Amino acid sequence: MLKLLKTLNWKEWLLLGCCAGLIVLQVWLDLKMPDFMQEITTLLKTENIAMKEIWKYAGYMIACALGALGATVIVGFLAARVAASVSFKLRKKVYEKVESFSMEEIKKFSTASLLTRTTNDVTQVQAVITMGFQLLVRAPITAIWAICKIANSNWRWTAATGVAVGIMVCVIMIIVIFAVPRFKRIQTLTDNLNRATRESLEGVRVVRAYNAEDYQEAKFESVNDAVTKNHLTIGRTMAIMGPGMSLISNGLQLAIYWIGAFLINRSANPIENVAIFSEMMVYMTYAMRIVMSFMLLIMFFMMLPRAAVSARRINEVLDTQPNIFDGEGVPETELKGVVEFKNVSFKYPDAQEYVVKNVSFKAEQGQTVAFIGSTGSGKSTLINLIPRFYDATEGEILVDGVNVKEYAQRDLHNKIGYVPQKAVLFAGDIASNIAFGDNGRGAATQEDIENAAKIAQAKNIIERKEDKYASRVAQGGTNLSGGQKQRLAIARAIARKPEIFIFDDSFSALDYKTDKALRKELKKKTADATKFIVAQRIGTIIDADKIVVLEQGDVVGIGTHQELLKSCQVYQEIAYSQLSKEELGDE
Amino acid sequence: MSRMMHNPRIPVGEKVKYKFSDTWSKLIRYCKAYLPTIILALVCAVGGTVFTILGPDKIKQMSALIGEGIFGNMDFKAVTTVGLTLVAFYASSILLSYLQSFIMTTVTQKITKKMRNDIAHKINSLPLGYFDKIQKGDILSRVTNDVDILGQTLNQSIANLVSAIVLFVGSIVMMFVTNWIMALVAIGSSLIGFVFMAIIVARSQKYHIRQQKLLGDLNGHIEEVYSGHNVIKAYNAEIGFNQKFETINKKLYKNSWKAQFMSGLMMPLMHFIGNLGYVAVCIVGAILTKNDPKMFDIIPAFLIYVNLFTQPLSTFAQSMSSLQSAGAASFRVFEFLEQADMEDESHKTQVLENAQGNIEFRNVKFGYDPKKIVVKDFSATVKKGQKVAIVGPTGAGKTTMVNLLMRFYEINEGDILIDGISTKELTRENVHELFCMVLQDTWLFEGTIRDNIVYNNNQISDEQIETACRACGLHHFIQTLPNGYNTMLNEDAGLSAGQKQLVTIARAMVDDAPMLILDEATSNVDTRTEILIQEAMDKLMEGRTSIVIAHRLSTIKNADLILVMKDGDIIESGNHETLLAEGGFYSELYNSQFEEV
Repeated sequence: MLKLLKTLNWKEWLLLGCCAGLIVLQVWLDLKMPDFMQEITTLLKTENIAMKEIWKYAGYMIACALGALGATVIVGFLAARVAASVSFKLRKKVYEKVESFSMEEIKKFSTASLLTRTTNDVTQVQAVITMGFQLLVRAPITAIWAICKIANSNWRWTAATGVAVGIMVCVIMIIVIFAVPRFKRIQTLTDNLNRATRESLEGVRVVRAYNAEDYQEAKFESVNDAVTKNHLTIGRTMAIMGPGMSLISNGLQLAIYWIGAFLINRSANPIENVAIFSEMMVYMTYAMRIVMSFMLLIMFFMMLPRAAVSARRINEVLDTQPNIFDGEGVPETELKGVVEFKNVSFKYPDAQEYVVKNVSFKAEQGQTVAFIGSTGSGKSTLINLIPRFYDATEGEILVDGVNVKEYAQRDLHNKIGYVPQKAVLFAGDIASNIAFGDNGRGAATQEDIENAAKIAQAKNIIERKEDKYASRVAQGGTNLSGGQKQRLAIARAIARKPEIFIFDDSFSALDYKTDKALRKELKKKTADATKFIVAQRIGTIIDADKIVVLEQGDVVGIGTHQELLKSCQVYQEIAYSQLSKEELGDE
Repeated sequence: MSRMMHNPRIPVGEKVKYKFSDTWSKLIRYCKAYLPTIILALVCAVGGTVFTILGPDKIKQMSALIGEGIFGNMDFKAVTTVGLTLVAFYASSILLSYLQSFIMTTVTQKITKKMRNDIAHKINSLPLGYFDKIQKGDILSRVTNDVDILGQTLNQSIANLVSAIVLFVGSIVMMFVTNWIMALVAIGSSLIGFVFMAIIVARSQKYHIRQQKLLGDLNGHIEEVYSGHNVIKAYNAEIGFNQKFETINKKLYKNSWKAQFMSGLMMPLMHFIGNLGYVAVCIVGAILTKNDPKMFDIIPAFLIYVNLFTQPLSTFAQSMSSLQSAGAASFRVFEFLEQADMEDESHKTQVLENAQGNIEFRNVKFGYDPKKIVVKDFSATVKKGQKVAIVGPTGAGKTTMVNLLMRFYEINEGDILIDGISTKELTRENVHELFCMVLQDTWLFEGTIRDNIVYNNNQISDEQIETACRACGLHHFIQTLPNGYNTMLNEDAGLSAGQKQLVTIARAMVDDAPMLILDEATSNVDTRTEILIQEAMDKLMEGRTSIVIAHRLSTIKNADLILVMKDGDIIESGNHETLLAEGGFYSELYNSQFEEV
């Protein structure tokens, strides 16, 4: 939490200083008012009421009240601005940090968690800064000041106030001991509830097919029971809070009167009695303020843990160092589209096993290199090393003769057109999605866009739409079908006119016909570009210049389709599982 | 389910409009069983508040007794009596308010629990078409967020509101009973303050709404950036996104400090109103006392009443806003609970047991949207033990046939018969019993492997499970797991997609129904694992009528009947050889996978 305060600059510290000063002023004005009240009460008690005097003190009181109001309003204004500015800066910092992350860090946190950290957690911290700062300054000042004002009163009253504060602490302790651990469980239990519901929703067909409705409902009910039980305990414990607090303030009030009565009864001297009486009245006002201050402080400390959790979560993001940095930078290369893997191995940090081991091959400009292998054989990982989504653990990857780590990431990415496994589209229109990003050579023209759409077999889909290229794309492309999204994602890569294409299993969402037509066009129109294709279907890669066969991270064969059919057993198995021998043209 | 998304475009039932009073009357009806208990709690709240109003009166007496004691004999006995009365008052007040809280908490939890169970039950009784049009996240947030909000409001706001009303009315009554002039003064001076407060609330509301909206925008934008992180990076597209982030973040900053500042004004203003009322009472009191010295005694009492009178007003403001949000929350809950259920089938008596597995589609006509018929006039007969394949490009509506067969959706015209009996005559449950089913989505739940295989059928022996798993080639793998068949499956259980698929096939095997449906059961598995699964499925299909939907045409070549679908309609049917000979869509589809570019 304290670490986050470093986000404040000197101007904001100054503003907070002003706030503290104003709060002192406001507390002083607030504590001044009982004095005037006392004066007015005394005046009312005298025989001939001096209206002029009353007006005077009433005026003072209003002035004090207005002054206090003014001070509080200014404090509120400044604190709100500082807090909003802190959260503005924090959000920006977290956002920029996440942007600098590589896939590895993002995976570690998960996208959903990063999202809550950027928004909800920051908002939580902001709330504590606005509320907490004022409370933290005002409450102790009020309490200490009030204690000073009544320090010389009778010890019995002081004892009564002490007892009241003591009881308050006890009540809070009970709540802390009983309720707080259960508060912490709420999140887990809510997650369980969510999981149980999601399970039923996602499996709705299976549930019905197996007539397992009652089974699912029984499962849900047991989770629901746990949630309810937890809430009940919290609710019943927290219910002590309200009555407990009124018990303390009412009880203290009564005790002060009772002690006063006892003191006055004990002393026979009327003059002394008047003094005791007025002292009692003043004591009452201040004692109530002390109790109030303690209550506010305690409330603040109950708020704090939640904010501390948020602060910790934010700091976790800010403290994470991305492990992929820009290289020195490379002047324009002469080679274009040449990629070489030299003894490349990769494993996730902390992992035992390598994902890919000792991979070497070279792709010349314009060649197509395909990767095939069973699920989890490391195909995607391997090609993700080219745009440096991860860095190779051992060995090196050369693009146009230069190690990828030496490039500035921007320059490296400008050479590459990447199409992910799962098509990701962005809110906007079709044109903005195809002309996406910056390739260092100026924005894509309408012609580029249409051309790319044509190659990607997306032209017909787009032109059938009412607004053509200006058709709206919802966030994540949810208003398009899987196949449509994939084609637009491919068009996006083509419009970039890269030296190197990377297709990470991008064709499997397409039917055979579209797949074929697309590859045909691609070969014709982008003959100069080197293409890397990860695929499941033999048909997709049958005509590649080089096919790399992977098996549990090892390269078990490199060659053309015909070569591999003869020499590589794994490839044969894959091929036969999809096509019969005659179809493969194997004699 | 994503495959369904682009087919139906039916509006979700009738769009119901939110009305505060309607929703609350529904909520009250829903809580009917608990109403007496709630009323008891409210009586407690009223009781507790009455003691709060009476308390100051006694304090006044006590202070008067002590005042008298200054100049003479104090009636210490009377002080003790009043003191003890006060102790009794406070004790009863605390007891009553704790009792109120306790009852309300308990009742609220019971109601919210019931609500959640009802939602869970509703999920299982809604027609499947409903889920095609609604997002899962939306239902999830109804189960958790909305029910939570409702719970909190029921728990606090209602009781608070009742005590605030009692306090408000009580203090006004007490004031007017004591002195009407001063009552008017006290109320009047507070009203001035409340006019200001109302203005602020109205203005700050605007900022709060805008803040919520901006937060939503920001969330959406960040979600987009984070989830598309590697694409944005690979395309050097950070700049545009950063600018947008900066713009929204700045707007949010401007709005958020205003919103926070505005709502921060409330407390000091309340405080000021209290002081203002106090001063006004003092001055008018002094003027009155000048004419009538007896009036002095009522001033202290009035000061307390002013305090009591202003307190509930802020409670009103708070309660009103939380009642509003609870109204919105319960509207969403009831909107879901009131969706039309599937047709009631309790009157159906016909039961089909030991089915042979003859299926007949007779002039079936169906559309997810009645206005947009996708299956126009489909007839086909499947003999027992036959294998039927449905092929076609993505989005052609292959799953539709399965949906109709399983009666997940009701057909518009025509009939589907099993062993000559119309499935309409049977209960859905009976129809489901006749099929075992393996879907593309490998749906496993949190539980042991055994639970996942046995699923909802307690009569399956360990031997049967083992046999099924051996047939699927799963047995060896399961034995290598630390707890064997009792290994818990959860999100990170480390099963590969293929292994998960095998578990669902084992589940279908032990289910042992006369007919089998395989809906793209191998599409997320690599081809070598597929061979394994294929073998398992061939075993599964032995002696059963099976309906297979497949992406890879090689797997269905040996089917007795192949239905070729395109754009929701069956355009060709026959076996592999006849279809190839026809040279139509199927042969085009089939040949396209081998052609070199």
